[in-house]
Amino acid sequence: MLARFNNFPKLLKGDWCIVLVSLGLVVVSFLTLWSHQPAATLRVRVGSTVLGEYSLMQTKLLTVSGSAGKATIEIQQGKVRFKHSPCHNQYCVHQGWLTHAHQAAICIPNQISIELMGASPAFDTLNY
Amino acid sequence: MALIYFQSTEEDHKVAKLTAFAIGLHMVESAFPSPLPGVKPGIANIITLYVLKRYGIGTATWVSILRVFASSLLLGQFLTPTFLLSLSGATLSLLALALADRLPHRYFSVVSISILAAFAHIAGQLMVVRLLLIPHASVAVLIPVFALAALFFGLINGLITAKLLR
Repeated sequence: MLARFNNFPKLLKGDWCIVLVSLGLVVVSFLTLWSHQPAATLRVRVGSTVLGEYSLMQTKLLTVSGSAGKATIEIQQGKVRFKHSPCHNQYCVHQGWLTHAHQAAICIPNQISIELMGASPAFDTLNY
Repeated sequence: MALIYFQSTEEDHKVAKLTAFAIGLHMVESAFPSPLPGVKPGIANIITLYVLKRYGIGTATWVSILRVFASSLLLGQFLTPTFLLSLSGATLSLLALALADRLPHRYFSVVSISILAAFAHIAGQLMVVRLLLIPHASVAVLIPVFALAALFFGLINGLITAKLLR
């Protein structure tokens, strides 16, 4: 039984190098290509117009007038949320804090959306 | 009645026999479901590697390319995206085989060649995906998964080939 294992092909020095280097490259590719970018800025839209872009590195309350009334958006050191909204279902408020790039909260009744921006643009959908 | 005779050499018979083995393995593999679209062990490449080591890159090229064409015809994938992916992967891994076979044999066994060819295979496939099928930078998200699969299956196939070559 043990002879079967001794008969197993042995890796040479170069093989080990190739295995370790490629394992390293695979790990690096996971870290770089699957990383969640931290968000840098906030984009606020009312309807189809961009109201403005704000840095996330501040503590600030924005009051934005939508089609249903005034909403309050709270920026707090790297994260953002709808604090108050005049809409009836309050989905946007219940969504809570947004922290990562490409996250978004949309208040449809009030036509206000907040979106966190990263270094590169994100994709809505991918089909293949 | 006219009869057409093909002059076939010993070399042709050898290529045909080895290709038949590779096609067989390809068929067996296509019968198993894949955990993720595009991630496959590629066990037919064991034959390509074996042929490379026993008969050289020329025979390996014949066996590999013939296998891609014959398997795609048998599976009804000829000239489909799947066939394109298969062909681009095979072409690039043959290039890698030719180069990797020049590494000093004292330090690099067929396992190294197998891993390098597996990486070349996914590189060829991802290039086709990027250029023709999904012309979008987002394809980069697929790279880590495919690279991990290439390393894993390249290693396994290389070890099996090493065992066969004894």
